[in-house]
Amino acid sequence: MARFVVAKVGEIPRGEQKVVRVKGREILLLNVDDEYAALLNRCPHEGAKLLCGARVGLLESDEPGRFSYTRQGEFLRCPWHGWEFEIRTGQSWCDPKDTRIKNYDVKIEPGESLAKGPYVAESFPVHVEDSYIVIYL
Amino acid sequence: MSDTAKREVAVASAQKLGLFDADIHPVPKSGTEIRSYLAPDWHGHFDHYREFQRKPFANANSYPRAVRALSRRDSWPPGGGLPGSDLEFMREQHLDPYNIECGVLQVLDPVGNKLRHPGFAAAMCSAINDWQALAWAEPEPRLKGSIIVPQEDTRAAIREIERLGRSPLFRQIMISPRSEEPLGRPRYWPIYEAAEALGISVTLHVGGENGFPVTPAGHPSFFFEQRESHVPAAEAVLTSLILEGVIERFPRLRVITVEAGGIGWVPALSWRLDHCWERMGGEIPQVRKPPSSYLRSNFWFSSQPIDEPEKPEHLREVFDWVGWDRILFATDYPHWDFDDPKYAVKFAMTPAEQQMFFRDNARTAFGLQ
Repeated sequence: MARFVVAKVGEIPRGEQKVVRVKGREILLLNVDDEYAALLNRCPHEGAKLLCGARVGLLESDEPGRFSYTRQGEFLRCPWHGWEFEIRTGQSWCDPKDTRIKNYDVKIEPGESLAKGPYVAESFPVHVEDSYIVIYL
Repeated sequence: MSDTAKREVAVASAQKLGLFDADIHPVPKSGTEIRSYLAPDWHGHFDHYREFQRKPFANANSYPRAVRALSRRDSWPPGGGLPGSDLEFMREQHLDPYNIECGVLQVLDPVGNKLRHPGFAAAMCSAINDWQALAWAEPEPRLKGSIIVPQEDTRAAIREIERLGRSPLFRQIMISPRSEEPLGRPRYWPIYEAAEALGISVTLHVGGENGFPVTPAGHPSFFFEQRESHVPAAEAVLTSLILEGVIERFPRLRVITVEAGGIGWVPALSWRLDHCWERMGGEIPQVRKPPSSYLRSNFWFSSQPIDEPEKPEHLREVFDWVGWDRILFATDYPHWDFDDPKYAVKFAMTPAEQQMFFRDNARTAFGLQ
């Protein structure tokens, strides 16, 4: 499994996301409370690019007029038909068994360990004093 | 080859051919853009009174919508303005990447045809039509306008059809299926007569309000409920057109339902109508053939929002029942329930089926061949 250095820690603020390209794939890198997740930038339903999706929480209701809204920012809502996915797992909240976004392992690693290699980061300068977001693919 | 792989190959060839999109929604850049196309006599009315329809709120929908501006979150033009207001961005996001050969403009906003004031309705329809021609169809030949008509005022509607019906910039007359009377009634026949004589189609895009509940069982409580009511509304309109003898009287008329809740309802309607006609046809001697035969010769149905059965192959059966030559691909761009040509239909089509569905049926339905 190859390591790809895709971003510097700190360049994606909390609650934000950016698209990175790894081996021809468009991958969406998301910051959820300073933890990172990497999802294929493509909705499994009809192919919308998820970059423009809204960050939402979990809205649950036991009966009309009563609801709770929790886990704010931990879900991504597709910009088209509104399918909602748990960012950490890529799973659809409604159809977790059959509908999920392909996700990738992400780790934060210090520049010091990366400088030794091996890693793939064409044109990505790595400095020993910084930390980096690494995708395993 | 897997179903997905076959689909991708087939779609790739269809996209080389170019797609026909039966449903694209343009909107003006601002609330006042239409005013510049409006006859000066009506500027005072526009400034002081604006739109009043047969609905409870003057400047809001009767039901909350799924999302802001009903639109895909990624369709807001980078240069500002509402989704569907920027032709350059529409080219870049929609017409070019999907290789749209022809897209039909279906104008829902601003409203002309459903205004309560008959004179203002006619003036707004003309303004909206001129805007479609000058701001969209003339600069972008891939887009075709819809002639919006004040449909409840038949004489004014005919004037508008006569004014524009021969222009190559327009391919059809757009009628709201939420009319004041069932659309098969004789008061609307002059519109069909004009459409037939000019060889242009009539499209029935869902929406609009007529003051009556959208369901036969009263006003729904929720947007969700209102959205699903498009199916019975479309069934009622098609039934009226057939049973009142409109197709018998205007046999070359082409009628297209747009966004009427997919296509799954069409086979059941045709089976039920035929069943009644065989037993009770004597009530309606003006209907000389089984109702399903009119559905198969004079009506077309746009696909979006496509039906999504749990087993995709069941949708193929629906296509078989409706008729492969009857179904028109539509995206509904830029609205949130957009259908993507690559992924909306989740069963494998043959290249011949692809050609019909994505292009050729629409060319026939809109009279382009």
